[in-house]
Amino acid sequence: MTLRDHAIRYGFILLLFGLIAYFATAADGFVSPQSAVFIFQSVAITGVLALGVTATLVVGGFDLSIGSVATSAMMAAAYVMVVLEQNAVVAVIACLLIGAVVGLINGWLIVYMRVPDLLATLGMMFLLVGLQRIPTEGRSIATGMTMPDGSVANGKFSDAFLALGRHRFDFFIPNLIPVSVVVLLVLAALIWFFLEYTRFGRMMYAVGSNERAAELAGAPVKAYKIWAYIISGVFASIGGILLAARLGRGDIASGNNLLLDAVAAALIGYAVLGAAKPNAFGTAVGALFVGILLQGLTMMNAPYYTQDFVKGVVLVVALVFTFALSGRGRR
Amino acid sequence: MGNHAVFRVDGLRKSFGHIEVLGGVSLELHAGEVTVLMGANGAGKSTLVKIISGVYERGGGTMGLAGPDFAHKAFAPNTPAEAIRAGVVTVHQNINDGVVADLDVATNLTLDRLSGSSAPFLFNPGRVRREAKAVADRMGLVIDLRARISDLSLADRQMVAIARAMAHQPKVLILDEPTSSLSSTEADRLFALLDRLREQGVAILYISHRVSDIRRLADRIVSMRDGIISGVFDQKPLDYEGAVNAMLGRKIHLDRIVARNSAKAVLTADGLRIAEGARPFSLTLGDGEVVAVTGLVGVGKTALAEMLFGVRKPLAGTMTMNGRPYAPGSAGEAIAAGVFLVAKDRATSGIVGDFNIERNVSLPFLKRTSRLGVLRRRIERATARRQIQELGIVCRSEKDEMSALSGGNQQKVMVARWMSQAARLFILDEPFQGVDISARRDIAAKLRASASGRATLLFVTELDEALETADRILVMSEQTIVGEHRNADIDLERLLAEVAGRPLHSAA
Repeated sequence: MTLRDHAIRYGFILLLFGLIAYFATAADGFVSPQSAVFIFQSVAITGVLALGVTATLVVGGFDLSIGSVATSAMMAAAYVMVVLEQNAVVAVIACLLIGAVVGLINGWLIVYMRVPDLLATLGMMFLLVGLQRIPTEGRSIATGMTMPDGSVANGKFSDAFLALGRHRFDFFIPNLIPVSVVVLLVLAALIWFFLEYTRFGRMMYAVGSNERAAELAGAPVKAYKIWAYIISGVFASIGGILLAARLGRGDIASGNNLLLDAVAAALIGYAVLGAAKPNAFGTAVGALFVGILLQGLTMMNAPYYTQDFVKGVVLVVALVFTFALSGRGRR
Repeated sequence: MGNHAVFRVDGLRKSFGHIEVLGGVSLELHAGEVTVLMGANGAGKSTLVKIISGVYERGGGTMGLAGPDFAHKAFAPNTPAEAIRAGVVTVHQNINDGVVADLDVATNLTLDRLSGSSAPFLFNPGRVRREAKAVADRMGLVIDLRARISDLSLADRQMVAIARAMAHQPKVLILDEPTSSLSSTEADRLFALLDRLREQGVAILYISHRVSDIRRLADRIVSMRDGIISGVFDQKPLDYEGAVNAMLGRKIHLDRIVARNSAKAVLTADGLRIAEGARPFSLTLGDGEVVAVTGLVGVGKTALAEMLFGVRKPLAGTMTMNGRPYAPGSAGEAIAAGVFLVAKDRATSGIVGDFNIERNVSLPFLKRTSRLGVLRRRIERATARRQIQELGIVCRSEKDEMSALSGGNQQKVMVARWMSQAARLFILDEPFQGVDISARRDIAAKLRASASGRATLLFVTELDEALETADRILVMSEQTIVGEHRNADIDLERLLAEVAGRPLHSAA
């Protein structure tokens, strides 16, 4: 391999370690278990969404609705518990169903109605942003709120549900690792194994690379594409559950950054190890990269409003790595 | 009319890598004449056209275009725009390359003027329509100038593309298989237009395989084969069969195969009809035999291959496989029944570009290469290694990217993919396209050596390829099978007549 190949393959990982080394010396307390956990926690929800969107990228599609699926799931969880006064299990099932159904509709629009992926999921995004406000006439959901018909919602978030956002597992240090981080790691491992080691994942890559060849090799291409959107929708709704559990209410103003952060993480993932294609490991590293960068900058007292700019720079650099240097970009 | 050559190429050469595609082509075009260029796939027609139209750089030789005083001056376009400015205009095979689908006819007809560097910043819709009308009138084109291209039929789009090309008032017009997607009435309109242009003194180079087109239009026929001109026919009446022979070649190979007979039928098809209005035909493919279907481009070979493989529905007819009814609804069902297809045009229909050799080989058989959905990579690798050995694929390892392989080796990977499991019926559609001679021999030998236990069916345009590989040769013409020959003491005369669409009715 030439120097250039090495640069493409390991450049981004080196950059990540360089960043950690820099913050370790420049920011006090950056290297500590608490700091590491905080980074993981800050990227847990976007990470889960990013893993989902990775599935759609693998089949050569895209899902812009993930952010709104997550917030819709959050609102649904709050509605089910606070207004309908149901328990945590019902709330979780409702959220997952919403994710699966939205994914199914996205897939149907794209595969059978032939709407281009970006447009179908963009439309779905607008639809969900509006839909999630209708039941409460645009208000956030919290215990004791007044409903449109004048009654008062008396239900509350169950403790079991809140634990999803607030419980921490002991790991050498008591109360160290939040549930959301565990969920992220488990889902990352699952989707990584699925894409790399199962025939379904392999076929999804084939569909994304050459749809006609995959079809002539006997693959039910339409089904694979629809399943990719269902995976994406379900992952996004899991992100929404974690968000609801963390906030403890159905907050219509939250989750604005989810879509862009998740997409950025997945696209940064292209550059990791010179994959030049969507992959679960890359996505996880991409999410982590953004988290480390932001945590480090925050600890060095960089103002909050520079965050989006920094994320944008990282994304652009990663895309240059992928498409210009390796010269095999697609999409 | 003019025996005057307005355009001339001399000793044109072109190689891609170490494969020579054009080996010294010389050609003249005369004003007011239609010169038809015939050639099988890979004969070098498209390369020739692309050099003339400034898409490719030439590797050697000269080109000349007659000037005002009929003295030839050098013509060496570096870009398509230069070729057009010099007066050589090409209408490419893909109609939609010549028009902008979302704009209306008037804008399309004047597009080059609108986008030229001398075009005004603002344009006046009225003037655009007037100019477009002038262009259309000159061509005798009757069409609604306000219609959007995407609402037009293919033939109308084609007319607009040609009219647009003619707005440059070229001396030379090149048409690359313009009727390949037109119906016969649509084609008639095109021919009328070309007659008109011929009268105006345009030199036309018309590339086609369709014998009916050629009979209708040709003043001269030039046949091309393996990168050289293999025949020029300009004596009236034109010798059409001679031209087809020159295009297909009729040299008989010394290493002729020993044709085998088959006792047991694997697949039978009855009353199969592949296109509206085509004559139904029947077909039997036997165990252990290699059958080649030959015929010109566009006679329905790929349609038949796709029907056997379940990705296209026959209009009528039934099939049986080992005595049981066979009506696959998808590629997946066909594969499950043991029918495998090496599809035509590997780059778009075969190769998964992001996958290496190993993963390309295992693609259709992942179910058999996994347990509970989890891939068994050791089996996958062992299969790939075995297949690389079997077919003699030249590579460093099974992890090589496909883009690192030559065309012949890429094709071997495609064949290796489908030979990694046992087939009942193995179909190969144009398996020798873009494949060098040694890889072609390797693949053909492998097909024959492994033929027992299945039926093998090849679709090839080149007669040589059929003669080299098959026990039995079927000829297709006009969407049906018109002839059958056992590959031993073949009556080539008769076979070539069938290919050319004029079967000899005398008893052989």
